[in-house]
Amino acid sequence: MYVAVKGGERAIDNAHDWLADERRGPRDIAELSIAQIRHQLALAVNRVMAEGSLYDPDLAALAIKQARGDLIEAIFLIRAYRTTLPRIGHSHPVDTGAMACDRRISATFKDLPGGQVLGPTFDYTHRLLDFKLLAEGPTAEAGNSGATQGMPAPAPMPRVSDFLNRDGLIQDEQPGPQTPPDMTRQPMEYPADRPLRLQALSRGDEGFVLGMAYSTQRGYGRNHPFVGELRIGSVAVEMDIPELGFAVEIGEITLTECETVNQFTGSKTEPAQFTRGYGLVFGQTERKAISMALVDRALRWEELGEDNMGAPAQDAEFVLSHADNIQATGFLEHIKLPHYVDFQSELELVRKLRAEASTPLSEAAE
Amino acid sequence: MTQDTHYNFAYLDEQTKRMIRRALLKAMAIPGYQVPFASREMPMPYGWGTGGVQVSAACLTPSDTLKVIDQGADDTTNAVSIRKFFEKTAQVATTESTRAASLIQTRHRIPEEPLREGQILVYQVPIPEPLRFLEPRETETRKMHALQDYGLMHVKLYEDIARHGNIATSYAYPVKVQGRYVMDPSPIPKFDNPKLRMAAIQLFGAGREQRIYAIPPYTDVVSLDFEDHPFEPSKANHACSLCGADHTYLDEVIVDDRGGRMFVCSDTDYCATRQATGAAPAQTATSQPQEAQP
Amino acid sequence: MTPLFSVRDLRKTYGGRIGCTDVSFDLYPGEVMGIVGESGSGKSTLLNCLAGHLAPDAGQVFYDTRHSGMLDTLRMAEPERRMLGRTDWAFVHQNARDGLRMSVSAGGNVGERLMAVGARHYGQIRAAATDWLGRVEIDAGRIDDRPSAFSGGMQQRLQIARNLVTGPRLVFMDEPTGGLDVSVQARLLDLLRGLVRDMGLSAIIVTHDLAVVRLLADRLMVMKGGHVVESGLTDQVLDDPQHGYTQLLVSSVLQA
Repeated sequence: MYVAVKGGERAIDNAHDWLADERRGPRDIAELSIAQIRHQLALAVNRVMAEGSLYDPDLAALAIKQARGDLIEAIFLIRAYRTTLPRIGHSHPVDTGAMACDRRISATFKDLPGGQVLGPTFDYTHRLLDFKLLAEGPTAEAGNSGATQGMPAPAPMPRVSDFLNRDGLIQDEQPGPQTPPDMTRQPMEYPADRPLRLQALSRGDEGFVLGMAYSTQRGYGRNHPFVGELRIGSVAVEMDIPELGFAVEIGEITLTECETVNQFTGSKTEPAQFTRGYGLVFGQTERKAISMALVDRALRWEELGEDNMGAPAQDAEFVLSHADNIQATGFLEHIKLPHYVDFQSELELVRKLRAEASTPLSEAAE
Repeated sequence: MTQDTHYNFAYLDEQTKRMIRRALLKAMAIPGYQVPFASREMPMPYGWGTGGVQVSAACLTPSDTLKVIDQGADDTTNAVSIRKFFEKTAQVATTESTRAASLIQTRHRIPEEPLREGQILVYQVPIPEPLRFLEPRETETRKMHALQDYGLMHVKLYEDIARHGNIATSYAYPVKVQGRYVMDPSPIPKFDNPKLRMAAIQLFGAGREQRIYAIPPYTDVVSLDFEDHPFEPSKANHACSLCGADHTYLDEVIVDDRGGRMFVCSDTDYCATRQATGAAPAQTATSQPQEAQP
Repeated sequence: MTPLFSVRDLRKTYGGRIGCTDVSFDLYPGEVMGIVGESGSGKSTLLNCLAGHLAPDAGQVFYDTRHSGMLDTLRMAEPERRMLGRTDWAFVHQNARDGLRMSVSAGGNVGERLMAVGARHYGQIRAAATDWLGRVEIDAGRIDDRPSAFSGGMQQRLQIARNLVTGPRLVFMDEPTGGLDVSVQARLLDLLRGLVRDMGLSAIIVTHDLAVVRLLADRLMVMKGGHVVESGLTDQVLDDPQHGYTQLLVSSVLQA
């Protein structure tokens, strides 16, 4: 008796049991705790929060554990969970100018008010495997190596773009519509305006956005970026409470913000001005934030009167439709689902066409 | 089970369901038109039926009886997975019987048993845009639909005939709905196209692409063709080896490594029902070169 | 006789810059009008405004439609204008690649307009395509080849066939011979002249090449800086130019 497609239900159950067992691994090795993941794999947690569009380090850590470290799978878990959360309201725009910065650097000025703050960065580490970590020994406390210069400074840190702006050297950002569209509540429609583009980029796949940004640097929609400022730190989130009639602080989140200063525009009638690209991402995620700023800038070609070079990073519909890794991975992997009905119909067609081709003098096309 | 009570009936919150229902109503009012909707992330991957699941979730009531099929079969893995999802989150009754179901979610097939008024057939749709592979830009394809600018669609069919002597589309075969919108019926085999005019409500959900569309009962659905190359629903030229049906869509099953194969109904419920009522297998075995033993 | 096409006070600006302005003229059935001028004179802007590819800032563009008589095409609904664009009007681009589908066979390219207006008989569409390939001197055996396999001159002739297959009454041409070798140009001009005469087409041809208008156009408009500086019968304008700029244009050709 023919049974090939039967038994799906039991097979699925068995696969799930096996998966749970594999996730746990050998029982003589201690199980990872959520706290360990949250604090020791913090950058993975940040990425999951950013692309999952949900700021909750504990849930992100849980997702990473459940996903066995597959970050896209973890992002997927977060997104699916996010769907079920009721929307209570929205916050005021966060003031990144008032950010308590752990890190703040500018590539355009050697020194600036508030100073350059390196913070906990990989930038100047030598990428040598640290075999001391194998031994799981104690690690130096921050500040013990006399590295206080890298620690956050208490001084206020005005944004670089603000003091460039004071002299009119950089384009003003035009205020957008009062309430920006929300891509998680409305279907994406093209052409997408800038708030919508930024939302999509902010939750877009880090690798994809990086690749797009990199392509602009290699000449596919080049826009001469300087990192005007990169800052990482915590900001307060405020929300209007209708019952109270005023805004209260509901918490703090860590953000990475990148503003690039790009090639200038100008003409006979208008003085030259630098332009900008913008990136803002949950958590310490600076590769993503810089990438986002470059791609944002490339997508602004039309508004800034630049030529369409036909570069992929200039094509908003292309970039935005392919940036989401949950959409991408789902659709990519769905081709492993059964397609034998479609395939069967193709099979019949090819057989028919071959049969016709082998009969002499086919007049079918005439 | 305890964990699942954290979720609303049929998983989605009521606001989201209302949003989807509004899109469904609009889709029913404009047959074949793709209504954008704010598709949510579902706990199954995009491309695995998230559109269909959202549409089903918005339509299900506690008294519904649900049937889920993939490739015509109730027991394929993804069908099982989706059926379980609704058993858990909506606690609705489920069935494998086409007749007993009030709502059927399907991937790639229309059941052989004619559906009746009051039933709902929900399709999972991977790419809702029939013009997508002719024109990749959404902004342009929407304009083409708005202006009924469908010449390009026939250019594709023309090119098929010029090259192959036949229209080389065997599934997801484009149709025109009620004389207005060109529509992708989802990747059903073209054998199923004539059934698209039916008594039941047909709803199409594309989650990743954020589109919903619909065919109301008894709407005219015409498969695109040329007068001198008319549309032909086709199937394997065999009868089912299990129930003997010669009018159903068949799956080809390889039964050994010597080229032996057999053909069986892709609609497992239809086949089982026929067998239960005493239908006999086809007299002649159908395989070549080696005869298969069903 | 009523004009087929009538333009009044057309203006298009780009920011502060004038694309074209104060353009008014009538075109009668069977008449061919040439628009000449150097690059940047506004002639291509004008042509694109006339054909509905660009939205002008002001003015009217009337066309004598088959069903409702004179209508302002700028105020037409988009579906109506598109329908006009694929039936009664034709547009021949300078670069054939802009007017052809490069990944579709020659037959499909010619047949597209027929299918767009409802032709549903494969054999008849193919017969019409074969007929039109013959009329533009392309071997019928090439009907299933893609335009990418054609020479520049053949591509241009294919574009013309694709445009004329629906029997339009008004053809817009943007430098139809530009970018072609001189010998190829001559053959194409000859073909165009024959088609215009046989089909009784009205046409508006934009070119910087006075030889083209001399051969094809009944009347001429000379443009400079977005303005029409002179207009009249072709022979009259070319043989006795009144405006200084036209004189310069004509003499530069004579010198060349």
